[in-house]
Amino acid sequence: MSTAAPASQLMGDGVRPATETIRIRVNGREVEVPKTMPDWQGKPVPTTMLQACEWAGVTVPHYCYHPKLPVAGNCRMCLVEYGTPALGPDRQPILNPDGTPRIVKSPRPAIACATPVTPGMEIYTDTPGVKAMRAGVLEFLLINHPLDCPICDQAGECKLQEYALDYGEAFSRFGEAKVHKPKAVDLGPRIVFDAERCILCTRCIRFTRDIVGDDALGIVHRGSYSTIATAPGRAFDNNYTLNTVDLCPVGALTSRDFRFRMRVWFLKETPSICPSCGTGCNIRIGSRQGRIYRYTPRPNDAVNSHWMCDYGRLNYKWIHRPDRLQKVEIRGRVSSWELASDQILQQLRVASPGSVGLVASARLSNEELWLLSRLKARLHALSDAVPREGEGDALLLHADRNPNTQGARLTGVCYTEMGSQLPLIWERIRTGQIRILLVFGEDVIRQGCDPASLDQLEMLVVCDVLPNATTAKAHFLLPGCAPAEKSGTFTNVHGRVQRFHAAIPPPGEARPEWQFLAEWVTRLTGESLPGHLPGLFNRMASEVRAFQGLTWSELGDLGRLVPV
Amino acid sequence: MCRRPPGLDGCRKGKQTAMGWTVPQSLEAEIDALVARYPVKRSASLMVLHALQRHFGWLSQQAIEWTAQKLGLQPIHIYELVTFYPMFRQEPVGRWQIKVCRTLSCWLAGSHELHRRLCERLGLDPHRQGPQTTADGRFTVEFVECLACCHTAPVVMINDDLWERVSLEQVESWLTRPEQLAASAPAQAS
Repeated sequence: MSTAAPASQLMGDGVRPATETIRIRVNGREVEVPKTMPDWQGKPVPTTMLQACEWAGVTVPHYCYHPKLPVAGNCRMCLVEYGTPALGPDRQPILNPDGTPRIVKSPRPAIACATPVTPGMEIYTDTPGVKAMRAGVLEFLLINHPLDCPICDQAGECKLQEYALDYGEAFSRFGEAKVHKPKAVDLGPRIVFDAERCILCTRCIRFTRDIVGDDALGIVHRGSYSTIATAPGRAFDNNYTLNTVDLCPVGALTSRDFRFRMRVWFLKETPSICPSCGTGCNIRIGSRQGRIYRYTPRPNDAVNSHWMCDYGRLNYKWIHRPDRLQKVEIRGRVSSWELASDQILQQLRVASPGSVGLVASARLSNEELWLLSRLKARLHALSDAVPREGEGDALLLHADRNPNTQGARLTGVCYTEMGSQLPLIWERIRTGQIRILLVFGEDVIRQGCDPASLDQLEMLVVCDVLPNATTAKAHFLLPGCAPAEKSGTFTNVHGRVQRFHAAIPPPGEARPEWQFLAEWVTRLTGESLPGHLPGLFNRMASEVRAFQGLTWSELGDLGRLVPV
Repeated sequence: MCRRPPGLDGCRKGKQTAMGWTVPQSLEAEIDALVARYPVKRSASLMVLHALQRHFGWLSQQAIEWTAQKLGLQPIHIYELVTFYPMFRQEPVGRWQIKVCRTLSCWLAGSHELHRRLCERLGLDPHRQGPQTTADGRFTVEFVECLACCHTAPVVMINDDLWERVSLEQVESWLTRPEQLAASAPAQAS
């Protein structure tokens, strides 16, 4: 299987390309396509014309077809013309005088999304007939469409807009009054629906029925008045509703959160990982001028298919909270990174073994946790991370709400049973055995540490993003970064190491934790570490047994699985 | 609760008694027998709705929810059907439900005249779309599509009875003595 073929992206990790192939022609060019390809559930089924065309690098426009949803075949946009080899009475192909098989062109077009290819088939996507059909389908779709692109959120990523430009007519022959349908309907708490823009492709219905299992949506009324709706009194409210906004090829389903906030063409899209649970859904962060506007799922069949949960998607607002920690503080007074680092390292150098405690967050990246484990080893510190449990579901949301629990385990910051050392750390702080406490991204008071005992410490270093009870007591307060503000890797619950990239700059003086941690480790151990993240990852991979053999570049956009 | 547009949400239009909507045992037994006839419960949807409408005269939201529960479906599945078929009613209808055919043959034979006369005599608006019921709840008048009786146009259906070659005089006679409607068998072509 050629990795360059666009169709190969449709295939999951576990799905092997069929070894058996068949030869067909797409627009006269001969291509060899697998006999079977995965359907929406990943089961191998006979390759469809649409898959074959994508395999051949030929675009077939479509609305209702989606690789991860059952085929509905209702939009008719993917109509193509085709022919099959003529067979004689002996069931053998009839040959032309030049020896090529005689092709009988089908008198009717076929929908490419639902028609399997057969050996010797010829598919035509660029004939005048196909062009006329596409223009015709678009003309029908646009009859009652409000054409309100200037105020539509979908503009810029709208299939109706794109296909109308590519295949449609530049004018409308429809002089009659348009059918008016409900607008700005709250289908659920997070979804706003505009029935006039809807082209009734039923992607949203199929998604919520077949992927989520919450049969909330349907088509009510008839003919031109057909409308997507919930049953009266029922809301479309499961944890995956916002995926229908991504699925909607037009501007009918919009996100209450994102609607009217930003034009999509202004957004910078940064590939990242959702930090809200251990699943590690692949996402794109849409940002502009240092501000995050939305998360959208990024397809990765090994993790999240094309979806993400509403909880993770909307869990970004804290990044822009006005009370973000932005200044380095030494005992309540604004200071600088240089001064703080100097003073912290001065004390750490002379700290006696066993007198240092380290509480890390499993929301930190692998690299940061590895640097912390290096610090731990140098200081003979007692360390642990804080478990974070929630309620999981059957689809994507995991009960482990830390994005990097496995990373914390694999780098040695905590034992397999995360949190088992925390009571011991609290105890040793109380008894005075631990004189120095380093806290990264957690509120130890909330986790059960006696606030009064923290006052006895010689040094309390706290690095965090938002203020809490522990940051209020810190001797050294260091402003850290949200995952969206730095690059790194997370290891998800199944052991998939995945990269994320900085989408926006951190606020104020905040710095990515790995930057100053690498500096600290260098200054404490004398070992020189790469000053850039890819180098740091590669160094970590060479030293942490579980990550052996991984390199930053090889992780790619889809990550690599390591044994956990 | 979802905000919905007025007009397209038929379920809200009818008056409902929130409490005390029950399906009598005999009807439920009849429906259970209906459901048992089908290999898949969902296939019985239309028959169950017909049975309920025959009994209650219309399909309230409770009836829709009850049907969904009966057949192990989500309410949206039943709601889709009820909104799709115009013969399912989402609001109470009058004692006499007058359906005037407006398709071509009847139209040419004067069915619009019949409809207008009916509406005017009953104090309804002949230009309004959809079924209309008189304030006293006795008559519902509506236009329907072809009743498949073009050769005796214009035709009118009153409850389950088909009336053929209907004249304006006949309309007058119905309205003055509606009792004849309930008693009469389907009209013969005169």
